Amino acid sequence: MSDAKPARRAPKGKTTELPEHLKAYKGVWVFIELERGRVHPVSWELMGEAGKLAEALNVEVGAVLIGPADGSVEAAAQEAFTYGADVAYLVKDPILTHYRTEPYTKALTDVVNAYKPEIMLLGATTLGRDLAGSVATTLKTGLTADCTGLAIDLESKTLASTRPTFGGTLLCTIHTVNARPQMSTVRPRVMSMPEAEPGRTGRIVEHPLDLMESAIITKVLDFIPDRDQNQAQLAYADIVVAGGRGLGGPENYRLVQELAEALGAEYGGSRPLVQKGWITADRQIGQTGKTIRPKLYIACGISGAIQHRVGVEGADRILAINSDPNAPIFDFAHHGIVGDALTLLPALTQAFRQQRSVDRLAS
Amino acid sequence: MHSVVCIKQVPDSAQIRVHPVTNTIMRQGVPTIINPYDLYAVEEALRVKDKVGGKVTVISMGPPMAEQALRKALSFGADRAILVTDRAFAGSDTLATSYVLASAIAKVAAEEPVDIVFCGKQTIDGDTAQVGPGIARRLDIQQLTYVAKLERLDLDKREIAVQRRAEGGVQVLSTKLPCMITMLEGSNEIRFATMDDMFRAARANVEVWGADTSGVEDKTQCGLKGSPTVVKKVFAPKPREEKAEMIESRDKAPAEIAASTIEVLAAADPALAAEFGPRPPAGA
Amino acid sequence: MAEHFDAIVVGAGPAGSAAAYTMAKAGLSVLQLERGEYPGAKNVQGAILYADAVADLIPDFREEAPLERHIIEQRMWMLDDRSHIASHFRSENFNEEEPNRYTIIRTQFDKWFSSKVREAGALLICETTVTDLMKDEKGRVVGVRTDREGGEITADVVILAEGVNALVASKAGFAPTPNPENFALGVKEMHFLPQDVIEQRFNIGEDEGVVIEAIGTVTQGMLGTGFIYTNKESLAVGLGCMVSDFAHSGITPYDLLENFKQHPSVKPLLAGSEVKEYSAHMIPEGGYKAMPKVFGDGWMIAGDTGQFVNSLHREGSNMALTTGKVAGETVAALKREGKPMTEANLARYRQTLNDSYVIKDLKKYRELPGILHRNKQFVTTYPQLMSKAMESWFRVDGIDKRTKEKSILKSFLSARSFTGLIGDAIKVARAIR
Ligand SMILES: Cc1cc2nc3c(=O)[nH]c(=O)nc-3n(C[C@H](O)[C@H](O)[C@H](O)COP(=O)(O)OP(=O)(O)OC[C@H]3O[C@@H](n4cnc5c(N)ncnc54)[C@H](O)[C@@H]3O)c2cc1C
Ligand SMILES: Cc1cc2nc3c(=O)[nH]c(=O)nc-3n(C[C@H](O)[C@H](O)[C@H](O)COP(=O)(O)OP(=O)(O)OC[C@H]3O[C@@H](n4cnc5c(N)ncnc54)[C@H](O)[C@@H]3O)c2cc1C
Ligand SMILES: Nc1ncnc2c1ncn2[C@@H]1O[C@H](COP(=O)(O)O)[C@@H](O)[C@H]1O
Repeated sequence: MSDAKPARRAPKGKTTELPEHLKAYKGVWVFIELERGRVHPVSWELMGEAGKLAEALNVEVGAVLIGPADGSVEAAAQEAFTYGADVAYLVKDPILTHYRTEPYTKALTDVVNAYKPEIMLLGATTLGRDLAGSVATTLKTGLTADCTGLAIDLESKTLASTRPTFGGTLLCTIHTVNARPQMSTVRPRVMSMPEAEPGRTGRIVEHPLDLMESAIITKVLDFIPDRDQNQAQLAYADIVVAGGRGLGGPENYRLVQELAEALGAEYGGSRPLVQKGWITADRQIGQTGKTIRPKLYIACGISGAIQHRVGVEGADRILAINSDPNAPIFDFAHHGIVGDALTLLPALTQAFRQQRSVDRLAS
Repeated sequence: MHSVVCIKQVPDSAQIRVHPVTNTIMRQGVPTIINPYDLYAVEEALRVKDKVGGKVTVISMGPPMAEQALRKALSFGADRAILVTDRAFAGSDTLATSYVLASAIAKVAAEEPVDIVFCGKQTIDGDTAQVGPGIARRLDIQQLTYVAKLERLDLDKREIAVQRRAEGGVQVLSTKLPCMITMLEGSNEIRFATMDDMFRAARANVEVWGADTSGVEDKTQCGLKGSPTVVKKVFAPKPREEKAEMIESRDKAPAEIAASTIEVLAAADPALAAEFGPRPPAGA
Repeated sequence: MAEHFDAIVVGAGPAGSAAAYTMAKAGLSVLQLERGEYPGAKNVQGAILYADAVADLIPDFREEAPLERHIIEQRMWMLDDRSHIASHFRSENFNEEEPNRYTIIRTQFDKWFSSKVREAGALLICETTVTDLMKDEKGRVVGVRTDREGGEITADVVILAEGVNALVASKAGFAPTPNPENFALGVKEMHFLPQDVIEQRFNIGEDEGVVIEAIGTVTQGMLGTGFIYTNKESLAVGLGCMVSDFAHSGITPYDLLENFKQHPSVKPLLAGSEVKEYSAHMIPEGGYKAMPKVFGDGWMIAGDTGQFVNSLHREGSNMALTTGKVAGETVAALKREGKPMTEANLARYRQTLNDSYVIKDLKKYRELPGILHRNKQFVTTYPQLMSKAMESWFRVDGIDKRTKEKSILKSFLSARSFTGLIGDAIKVARAIR
């Protein structure tokens, strides 16, 4: 366990003066999420943010990679350099083949205590949140979940993490005072994907795990990959078509799927459709579902409640079809059509199909 | 078999409003509910009790009003309810909250050993999913988050196996008791209490623990003092400047509207249009 | 475990809570069942509370009850589409030590009131719907059935205070099937505004409140009224019309309310507000003639379930409180005297009500609902005529006042014959005599 004790401070009103022993904490780190040899894209999205924060602070960007000793960690480190890491901290051990809270917590906590970053970012995935909560408690430091904006407060040089609160109705900005590192998680697709810079390299620092398998209580018995591999793609699709309660009945949801098919797009929906069982939970878009960031989002019969809005706001372009001219979705969509989705959807499908065939003939 | 379930009373976020002028939360008349995710935790604990016997204790940290949430948990079938409440706890962030809850659970466990601590996946107000892991760490027990299903429970070997939602699949994990489990939504459905349980809950005594009685040893780790995070600013999301540009649809045939939609999209984002439409003629 | 109570109260609105409170205070074992998540969960309307009826039960309620503002000014508006004629009554006397009328938010008030009921010793169980009454072979009520497993509970007496829908009472055959002519549908919105804006707009100080009652063309020919009440940080804006009229006209309550809000006299009062909560609720307005029998072997009815509402004065909650209290006192007295809860003994309930303002007032206005139903001119023709008359009277345009008088009179006569006018005057006089 860590010996990083929370600093004592005056009972009334906190001083923002950082205790001496925490001033040594420098650099912005990203925990690179590596599962079964694959880096979760959210890690690269975070590298983009880390780069900006590090620039404002004039410090280095670090990438932490934890995983098995099969070469995947090193490969990912090389990739991390192309996304802007200056230094990569590696913890490799066969024990770390599958994610488990205990060894991963130890690995990350040890690296933090050894190399002292001032900021640490993790993806708000099931893995990232599990690990972040455990590590922050071990380090007794502040952790801000699900941030949608990260910036450096120029005056105090601290991390200002902005996140939705009260179901997305409000945003708040949170600082971690008197403890380091300042930890934040960010959901996939909230930040944009940075450009990779091929050929860019950096330093590698290896750190031992120092743990025996026999000392770990939790065992991984099995991993069952999701059958519907599509589901993971919703968040990363270029075009997403979604339906809402305005579709009227489950039988009409097929209209959404047909348009999606014509566009080579992914399909999803608002929460009520999940609750009614028209679609599966992994296709829910919004605050308690997936955040998406497509080039085009087509919302059909969706009112645009705040909890839905926060999941789609990152889209480059939003087209909304709603029969109610006053629907809130028109407040944040780029293009709107007031009309009946049930008649418009087939017409759009038809029109896009025609476009495609014209396209094929032309090429 | 003794389970402790951590439940939080939260404002029904669907009904929260922001003051149009001052931008502050208006709690007036906003109903409070048990954090919906915590109901899955309560139900799972009750199912374990139904299956292997034992006891379920519910704990909540919050204002005195949170007693209602605990009483409701009693009506579902929980055996004991503890409200951890004190001014000194106000303003706790997740680090401080997990400290207080872990202290209270440790005190419960001292009287009667605890096998599983159940939490919800996350709350709908704090929305952090951090308190569960925080409790596990502080109690130094195994942590199983995003659990969709309890597969096996072997009391003799003190072993449990669960299905845990991971990225891209489901992990099947086994571990030793005691452990902390956060339940995933949809993993079960909360029961409808019987009349007898309603009577029992209405008459039950909810224990109230304060700063001095909840097992908390270091008060500097509670409340504002024990919270490294500080909320510096709360504000309403900036509305987008312009409203949607409307595609004329009145008195038009669907096909016509569809055609103009494609045109509008193509004009707005030619690169995107190339993915679903003819490429612009060379030289254009 | 079979549970038996001295009394079961169905519903935790003002009527039910008054009954439960009274009996619990008298030391009876009381079970109160409420289908909402908590008392007041289903009663969202912002409303006027009449202090008297509450003080009767809890004398120092002003110190702790969640009250919004006390009313110091009453405005009566008669509207046509573009104007309103108003009478305002405002008095410093209403700023008294113990004010008489308050605006309240029912959710909060009911919750508070219920906490007093529980303190008094009644057992409250929420989220439990009474589905039916249990009767013995002689037809006497001996308890209730609920929607929960093992949900049959017995009691010496059951007090039905389930509000206007009266499903249990109807099912038991105690209340007639609802007749649309006896019910108004009230719709209401809460408009949030900062406290100081409300105080400026209505020209009132902290804690002071205004009530606006409006009749006229806003109800588009239907029988009904609009209202605006000032709460601390919100305005309750609503409108109620007879269900039968809605059915005939095909106008939706929502559209009607939208229209009311757009009225040039109303709109500026609401400007810049944030609307939250739209709610609709029925109000029994059949008056005395629609009242069912309110007691029998092992049962009593209180509040809206018994049509105890004075629609002309918008008094409902006070009658609910009073009938609930009297019902509770009746049970407590019989218990004390060791008498069974038979129809003959419970008749005391109705007798006490007969001597109170409740039945006296309802009797006084017994003809009103019928008259208004048959004579819609009161909400259509008259407001228009009056506005026209006023406008002509105040407009300085070179026409002499005498000519104006004549043309005003003429307009009244052509819209409504001379005998018609006289007749209307008599009808009104008789109805509210
Ligand atoms: C804690 C919490 C978390 C939540 N998380 C999410 C979330 O992650 N994602 C989410 O989506 N929601 C979420 N919600 C729910 C959210 O508040 C809304 O209730 C939901 O988004 C509404 O879904 P909808 O737009 O499909 O339905 P509605 O709001 O009912 O809207 C239907 C729309 O369809 C229009 N319409 C009707 N008929 C037609 C027609 N024929 N053609 C075209 N339009 C038509 C209507 O005008 C209306 O605007 C959450 C709520 C809470 C409290
Ligand atoms: C828009 C509007 C404005 C009004 N304004 C005023 C005003 O300004 N002043 C005034 O004095 N009056 C006003 N009234 C009337 C007043 O609200 C009612 O007269 C009063 O609430 C009646 O009280 P009650 O206890 O009889 O019924 P309710 O308040 O309706 O309470 C009945 C309770 O019983 C519960 N219940 C129903 N069925 C069951 C069941 N089967 N099992 C268990 N529980 C059940 C309900 O959930 C409810 O909580 C207004 C009404 C409306 C609609
Ligand atoms: N104040 C509290 N009292 C009891 N349990 C809590 C409290 N706060 C959080 N929890 C538990 O921790 C889980 C995660 O909460 P959060 O980290 O706020 O998202 C919840 O689902 C609860 O089970």
